[in-house]
Amino acid sequence: MFKIVEKIVLAPSLKLFKVLAPEIAARVQPGQFIILRINERGERIPLTVADFDRSRGLLTLIFQEVGRSTKDLGKMEVEDYILDLVGPLGRPSEIANLGRVICIGGGVGVAPVYPITRALKQAGNEVISIIGARSQDYLILTEEMQAVSDRIWIATDDGSAGEKGLVTDILLQFIENNKPIDLVIAIGPLPMMKAVAEATRPYQIKTLVSMNPIMVDGTGMCGACRVVIGEETKFACVDGPEFDGHLVDWNIAQMRARMFGKEEKMAMETCSCGGDGHCQNQK
Amino acid sequence: MPKSKVRPPRQPMPLQEAQERVKNFTEVSLGYTEEHAILEASRCLSCKKPLCVDGCPVEVDIPAFIKFIQEKNYSQAIAKIKEKNNLPGICGRVCPQESQCEKHCILGKKQQPVAIGRLERFLADETSGSGQQSEQIPSSGKKVAIVGSGPSGLTAAADLALLGHKVTVMEALHTPGGVLVYGIPEFRLPKSIVQQEIDNIKELGVDIQTNTVVGKINTIDELLSGGYDAVFVGTGAGLPNFMNIPGENYNGVYSANEFLTRTNLMKGYLFPEYLTPIRIGRKVAVIGAGNVAMDSARTALRLGAAESTIVYRRTEKEMPARDEEIEHAREEGVQIRILTSPVEIIGDENGWVKSLVCQKYELGEPDESGRRRPVVIPGSEYEMEMDTVIMAIGQGPNPLVSQTTPDLAVNRHGNIIAEEATGKTNKTGVFAGGDIVTGAATVIQAMGAGKKAARAIHEYLMR
Ligand SMILES: Cc1cc2nc3c(=O)[nH]c(=O)nc-3n(C[C@H](O)[C@H](O)[C@H](O)COP(=O)(O)OP(=O)(O)OC[C@H]3O[C@@H](n4cnc5c(N)ncnc54)[C@H](O)[C@@H]3O)c2cc1C
Ligand code: FES
Repeated sequence: MFKIVEKIVLAPSLKLFKVLAPEIAARVQPGQFIILRINERGERIPLTVADFDRSRGLLTLIFQEVGRSTKDLGKMEVEDYILDLVGPLGRPSEIANLGRVICIGGGVGVAPVYPITRALKQAGNEVISIIGARSQDYLILTEEMQAVSDRIWIATDDGSAGEKGLVTDILLQFIENNKPIDLVIAIGPLPMMKAVAEATRPYQIKTLVSMNPIMVDGTGMCGACRVVIGEETKFACVDGPEFDGHLVDWNIAQMRARMFGKEEKMAMETCSCGGDGHCQNQK
Repeated sequence: MPKSKVRPPRQPMPLQEAQERVKNFTEVSLGYTEEHAILEASRCLSCKKPLCVDGCPVEVDIPAFIKFIQEKNYSQAIAKIKEKNNLPGICGRVCPQESQCEKHCILGKKQQPVAIGRLERFLADETSGSGQQSEQIPSSGKKVAIVGSGPSGLTAAADLALLGHKVTVMEALHTPGGVLVYGIPEFRLPKSIVQQEIDNIKELGVDIQTNTVVGKINTIDELLSGGYDAVFVGTGAGLPNFMNIPGENYNGVYSANEFLTRTNLMKGYLFPEYLTPIRIGRKVAVIGAGNVAMDSARTALRLGAAESTIVYRRTEKEMPARDEEIEHAREEGVQIRILTSPVEIIGDENGWVKSLVCQKYELGEPDESGRRRPVVIPGSEYEMEMDTVIMAIGQGPNPLVSQTTPDLAVNRHGNIIAEEATGKTNKTGVFAGGDIVTGAATVIQAMGAGKKAARAIHEYLMR
């Protein structure tokens, strides 16, 4: 059982939990994820670790309420316990002093990009950050990102903060004026990551993206998380989650992300007891 | 009851009716009643040199336990089994007895062999698996870590605990049991039985830590330097194989592991009461013909598929599944297409499976082994409408331990290399067994490996 010790509502349907998990906190590296299960009936939900506090044994998880399971998670409060939490899973990001790097986070993707950005900065890189969101209300970790970046840009769809437009608009401008760039790392919604990869392709800048396909076990046993990288099928939970954005088959990734759309809707429409009335008896 | 001179026939297993059982997930085989068990036990010849025991990978003293059944002394009978086998309720249900103990039964030469597996199951159910020696075991002061809680790990754990060692089992998933909980379906092996047998092992003082992925949260080297005197690796098979044919990434193509894990471990058949979804459609094809394939095909029917078809490249003779599973699958309406193999999966505009293109084979000339190889019939491609395709064509070894233990020797497939008789690897203090060593095999073989390793670990610790 894993205790929630802090909860912050960052934006509408965007929540931050700090969870007591000392063994994982001692071990996790930027780029890795955990899988949690709220209760006996829950799904296994993968979440990239947004931050960790080794001395206090805490993991920071930031998630957007997109479906039934993340909504249920969002309803949990400080002092509540998460039934299962396993990690760290996946390969850590490779952190090295490469020179000039650009870290891009879109929406809730800013959360996982933050510890990578911090590590790249600590490794001695010149770090440029670009963070994007629908509007000011959905921007997260702006100050934290600022603190670990040499320069930071913000893009919002409606212009309510930073530049009006997409992260790729800023990215392209920056690349034009500031060559060479040694690495771009982008984490966010699939269309954003794809757009970043397309933007950097002509410049042949190495571009890493973090894939978050549907997962079940997260240990390389089920193959639900397969992604196509170049000609090869890879399992994101053990071979990733980071891959070369120029090699990802984005069409397959987008198609597979929609696999359970119908069931998601159905789960949203049922109450948390599944119809046996047990939700009425619990709080 | 006076003993009749004529030997009674082999007692049939009471079953749920096929038309009924395809609509539920409760167990297909209902188990012997006491009356069946006594009659069946009375068939045993109590051979002086019992051949059946030679056929048992863990050498259960079969005639001895059957004798106790004849005397209705069930607690002694189960204790006899437990001297060698800590998971009787599981083995009685899923062991391929026809190719092990029962294959060697002398009665089988003229009539049908004694139903050893059914008797084992009867005892386990009758006694809830108790009957373990319960006296305090003196502690050896040694600590052993077991990686993986499948049958190999659980068996090694129980045997080592009985020898007085402090045993900790580390399991990656949230529930212990390995394939017994995530793979083999409820209707063949109820999860409450697995739980019961795991509880019995816990009672021996074995500590089971779930949600613990060795290789990620710690490494084998850290376990050895951090207070464990020996490690047993029983991480089983992982990494499902795909065929590398076009269309395999369409939605609706599952590995059997994913399909069965969603259904069994995550209870997807109770969606949306349980939140893990599984979509099945009307027509399901399962590629392969092992136990995993039969389980998938039968699960698909229970999830509501109208048609469930096994597609297999060879012929019935070569099907690796247990005879009983093939028979039960047929009774339930699973169709079997032999000498057939897929070449492409075709998707619709939304990226969902629409059809499966298959090719036909015929048996060609015998190869070196004398088996007639299937060869493609040119131009035999045909298309079958399909909503779901399940790949049950085997798995590679789980990579997480070997990836993080570079000095642990593996073969070219990635299986850990271990001595057959002892489970010893090339790394001092590290033993391995089960599917991670042999590739996908059987529950009882994994248990046998766990047993041998436990013996060798004990010797290593007490040297
Ligand atoms: C669907 C299906 C049906 C089957 N039917 C039969 C049958 O009827 N009869 C029969 O005899 N056999 C059957 N088998 C085969 C049998 O189940 C296996 O041979 C047996 O379970 C292997 O046991 P094991 O202990 O080696 O590994 P597993 O049962 O695979 O257990 C390994 C465990 O280790 C865990 N693990 C892996 N990596 C790590 C790690 N790094 N850290 C911690 N834990 C880890 C896994 O999560 C898993 O729980 C079937 C298999 C399947 C998949
Ligand atoms: S989530 Fe199952 S293999 Fe990656």
